[in-house]
Amino acid sequence: MVQILVDNNIIEAENGANLLQTCLENGIYIPNLCYLNDSQEPFAACRLCFVEIDGHPVAACTQKVSEGLQVQTDTSAVRSLQKTAFRLLLSVHEIKCKECSANKRCDLQRIAKFLKVGLKPKGLEIRLKDPGLDSGHPYLIVDQNRCVLCGKCVQVCLQKHGHSYLTFAKRGFDTVISGYIEPDDIPLTFSGCTLCIDICPVMAISLKEGIKS
Amino acid sequence: MKKQKEKGKKLNPIDNKIIDEKFGAIFAEAQRRKKERQNNSIPKIHIGLSTCGIAAGAMETKTAFEETLSQRGIEAQIHCVGCIGHCYAEPWVIIENSESGFPPIFYPQVTAGKAKMLTKLYLEEGDPRLEHILGAMEENEMIPSVWEFSRFSKEKRIVMDLCGKIDPDDINEYIAEDGYSSWAKALKSPPDEVLKQVLGSGLRGRGGAGFLTGKKWELALKQTHLEKIVICNADEGDPGAYMDRTILESNPHQVLEGLALCAYAIGAHKALFYVRAEYPLAVKTIQNAISQAMESGIIGKDILGSGFDLEMDVFQGSGAFVCGEETALILSMEGSRGMPYHRPPYPAERGFQGLSTVINNVKTLAAVPPILKNGASWYRQTGTPESPGTAIFSVVGNVTHPGLVEIPMGVTLRTLIFDICGGIPDKKKFKAAQIGGPSGGCLPEEFLDTPIDFDSLIEAGAMMGSGGMVVLDEDTCMVDVAKYFLDFTQKESCGKCTFCRIGTWHLLSILQRLTIGEGQEGDIEKLEQLSHDIKNGSLCGLGKTAPNPVLTSLKYFREEYEAHIKEGCCPAASCRALSAYYIDLDKCARGCDACVGCCPVDAVFTTSNRKKGIDQQLCVKCGECKVHCPPDYNAIFRISPAHLAPIIERPKEENQ
Repeated sequence: MVQILVDNNIIEAENGANLLQTCLENGIYIPNLCYLNDSQEPFAACRLCFVEIDGHPVAACTQKVSEGLQVQTDTSAVRSLQKTAFRLLLSVHEIKCKECSANKRCDLQRIAKFLKVGLKPKGLEIRLKDPGLDSGHPYLIVDQNRCVLCGKCVQVCLQKHGHSYLTFAKRGFDTVISGYIEPDDIPLTFSGCTLCIDICPVMAISLKEGIKS
Repeated sequence: MKKQKEKGKKLNPIDNKIIDEKFGAIFAEAQRRKKERQNNSIPKIHIGLSTCGIAAGAMETKTAFEETLSQRGIEAQIHCVGCIGHCYAEPWVIIENSESGFPPIFYPQVTAGKAKMLTKLYLEEGDPRLEHILGAMEENEMIPSVWEFSRFSKEKRIVMDLCGKIDPDDINEYIAEDGYSSWAKALKSPPDEVLKQVLGSGLRGRGGAGFLTGKKWELALKQTHLEKIVICNADEGDPGAYMDRTILESNPHQVLEGLALCAYAIGAHKALFYVRAEYPLAVKTIQNAISQAMESGIIGKDILGSGFDLEMDVFQGSGAFVCGEETALILSMEGSRGMPYHRPPYPAERGFQGLSTVINNVKTLAAVPPILKNGASWYRQTGTPESPGTAIFSVVGNVTHPGLVEIPMGVTLRTLIFDICGGIPDKKKFKAAQIGGPSGGCLPEEFLDTPIDFDSLIEAGAMMGSGGMVVLDEDTCMVDVAKYFLDFTQKESCGKCTFCRIGTWHLLSILQRLTIGEGQEGDIEKLEQLSHDIKNGSLCGLGKTAPNPVLTSLKYFREEYEAHIKEGCCPAASCRALSAYYIDLDKCARGCDACVGCCPVDAVFTTSNRKKGIDQQLCVKCGECKVHCPPDYNAIFRISPAHLAPIIERPKEENQ
């Protein structure tokens, strides 16, 4: 076990443990969307979990705990990056909280509250995808205007089934999560596995009508 | 013996003798063929047949030579070589006609027609047609040599020395020029001798970041518990950059030798070329090079009797720019989507399929054989102490002599652009040089005396990148240039991390608004803040460097951004929505119809006194009229903002 200093709290953790997970487990919240507990290779895509180490903002999920590490979670550089990343995500997110199944359980709402910012991407143009719903998967629907592309669904599917039936598709700004079945795969039928639906921080994935969980 | 044991290589005099014997035989055969070619007194026609030459019509030129030679019954040898990097001269040929008494002569822009003419007049009748030459390839008393031309004389070729001189499809031509001698030499010494030389040379990776190549290899060497693989990164994707393609197409064996040396130094038995599939000729050339090297026993099992095995193969990338980033490259080779991941672990620690992986750029690897051949201190004689060796740039854009240029590190931008590449054509003024492609920055005139090396360029706000350089003249709008590069990075972002995926799109969207006159107060600050955050927040090098074109153009050309926003004016009069063409009636000539005929939308009309006017409502601002207006009149001008264009009424009767 080693000791690290996060803001003014001394925390004990195992040497080499993931910094983000260590903070979260010790009740220090750091905004994050894409981190999966105990993941060997953190995805590091959402760019929200910034902390400051040695005067530089770094993504906490990519850092390992070591003796004497000093971490600051609330510096102006950290907050500035977090707020920009958050605003960027909101600029492609359909804000219809009242109609949204994730209302009050949504990680975006939690982060907004934590960062003390609204759910409008101040100063940025809002650009939604049209159509927003992707039904390329045999029994799942992905709402592209809710999805934050954290990739958790792809990771859990891969972990569980050794092969992911959801994948990143297209490039750049157009990147989406979409169903992907190899042409010679046997037709995929619903087995009752809803890991991807359950893990989604914004409830962007749902079962198609008529498919019962 | 004790020392040799430590290095893990059995090294005894018998091994070395076998290597000497085997390689000696290969070298002797290559020399014999070379002598045979040289002693043959028939004329030789060397034609550059890389992709660039072929695109410029070199195949037609070759066919024209072949047909004319056979029609006229002239005996001559056509020698297909790679590219010499002189794009402005494509398709080029060098004719050696020793019986005529003239030295070998370089002819630029040899079309099929010129090829027929040269065959008849020079090869048959002995008249070299001096009005068509660029120069002689060697000093002589009769005709000026190309070496009097700074485009030739100020270069220093280490990596590209043989490009355009040898047939890339014939391994013997490379061997005859001492090719693979470093490889044979290395096999006779312990692997750490190679590493020592590379470390000592101070060679830095030419892929962009400039990391010390020897250090990278050393890190892999330390992974004693892992099997190793070496990869040549030829996923060149910067717009306007084509150095790697040219080297692979013109001298594949030098890269192959460099890759083999890298494999030997770190103890890898597998080597791969990652070449993008959009480079079909490079893929074919390198595949052929590998099979020839296999056949000669230069790679494969028990290489030259040394006991060292090395397998080589080619992997074709599918054209995603981001796959040039090493972690994305590894994923794409594993069959996954090319999305960079966080380093560490570095590929040397855990890379392709869990192996310790060293990935080097084409130019880096091609520099290794000369270093091994001549020694580390020889290499350090060229370039600067911190950036030894040469830099290879593809200089394109508004320069008189564009193409590939290999110069010692430390040469200034001014020398490169004005002396070597002939400056800006059409008496225009230099405005900026965009260095390092979409990840680099634009440097204005005051940086012309900046030496070109890794650190000076970064200090100035640009970067070496992979070596693309676009020279821009006064007619270029810097907002438009930034927009162009952002459009590229935005499309090529892998979409993984928030800043790069969404942030670059917002940058582009703001720049787009600026170029159509919809800029708003605060846009500049927004661009700055976003750029800054994207730079600091992105996951990989693509995102971290994507805002550079915006940041540097804002830093050095802020007034242009302000003019777009505040006055709706594009100072270079280049943005279509903000500018207009008009005809100066004092200069326009009665009766000339050049502009009328070329206008695709019939926007040019005849005024009541038989001069011309442009109907601004119809004009699509293609600029054809300006191109076609005879130089004697030069009556067409472009102006911004558009409302400043003088209004010329269209005569009523014509309107109906």
